[in-house]
Amino acid sequence: MTSEKLDRLQMEVAARLPGFHVERLADALVVHVTIGSLLTTMARLRDDIALDFKLLVDLAGVHYPDREIPFELVYQLLSVHHNHRIRVKLSVKEGELVPSVARIWSCSDWYEREAYDMFGILFSGHTDLRRILNDYDFHGYPLRKDFPVVGLVESRYDAVRGMVVKEPVRLGKEDREPFRQSP
Amino acid sequence: MGMIEGATAIGREVANRGFVLASADKLVNWARTSSMWPMTFGLACCAVEMMHAGASRYDLDRFGIVFRASPRQSDVMIVAGTVTYKMAPALRKLYDQMAEPRWVISMGSCANGGGYFHYGYSTVRGCDRIIPVDIYVPGCPPTAEALLYGILQLHKKIHRTNTLYSGWGESA
Repeated sequence: MTSEKLDRLQMEVAARLPGFHVERLADALVVHVTIGSLLTTMARLRDDIALDFKLLVDLAGVHYPDREIPFELVYQLLSVHHNHRIRVKLSVKEGELVPSVARIWSCSDWYEREAYDMFGILFSGHTDLRRILNDYDFHGYPLRKDFPVVGLVESRYDAVRGMVVKEPVRLGKEDREPFRQSP
Repeated sequence: MGMIEGATAIGREVANRGFVLASADKLVNWARTSSMWPMTFGLACCAVEMMHAGASRYDLDRFGIVFRASPRQSDVMIVAGTVTYKMAPALRKLYDQMAEPRWVISMGSCANGGGYFHYGYSTVRGCDRIIPVDIYVPGCPPTAEALLYGILQLHKKIHRTNTLYSGWGESA
């Protein structure tokens, strides 16, 4: 987005969402919200004619293990009508319930499932909060920084039992052991 | 002369064993290699390269190879792509559903040994941990020619097998 366009959007946002911390980056605008204000803010961003963010482009989780509030949800919004974008950020504690925005953008359903699958972020009001990408009986949340890169279990076919079984990961070579730890 | 020599050889066979073995194995192997129907098991970008091998330029139809979407009617499974832990039980189930004799071609780095995702948490480190593999085709992804070469190698392997005559009674 051009800086004139960003200026205009920043003014609109400041007028319509007073009291929110709005961060201005070189080419983007970031609004920091709280869990309590999430749903009203999002509804405002979608329904206000001047903002008109009808499209939720992406919803991603981030893990910052050194922060006091370790998780962050990042919503990327787009207005097709005005051709402008905005980013909404929300900090989440471990095990904290985040209200689902599926009522506002129905496409958030799978994004929220992904954030739950990969980071263990829980959503309230979600109708079907299951894992979406990992195996059905997967343990742990693989995109957390404390999750080992090589995983915890691995599969092989057991000819005696006639089925694919899961066993603890065994890489077999000492020089490959560093891969067991996350950086 | 040739006929007489041949007749002598047959005479020797009859004298040794009391019967003659013709090369029925060759006939069987010819039949098997002439219509190997692969099961479509495209999992990633390798599948696109597998499609190229099936399309007009390389044209697997020339070898009697027709892709089947059913394991029950397939002779060979081409594992084309990354096998995840979530997919592994399904892969084994489909292999078990194939009628014998059956063969497996492992196509590309991921299927061969995990490839780029070898140290990942969700990828099987080689599809041979789940099913027995006959031919490994290297590459990321292998070209259509490489897959074709792998299929021809599998033909060679099948031609070597002796289903009916295992070599017993050969001059001991």
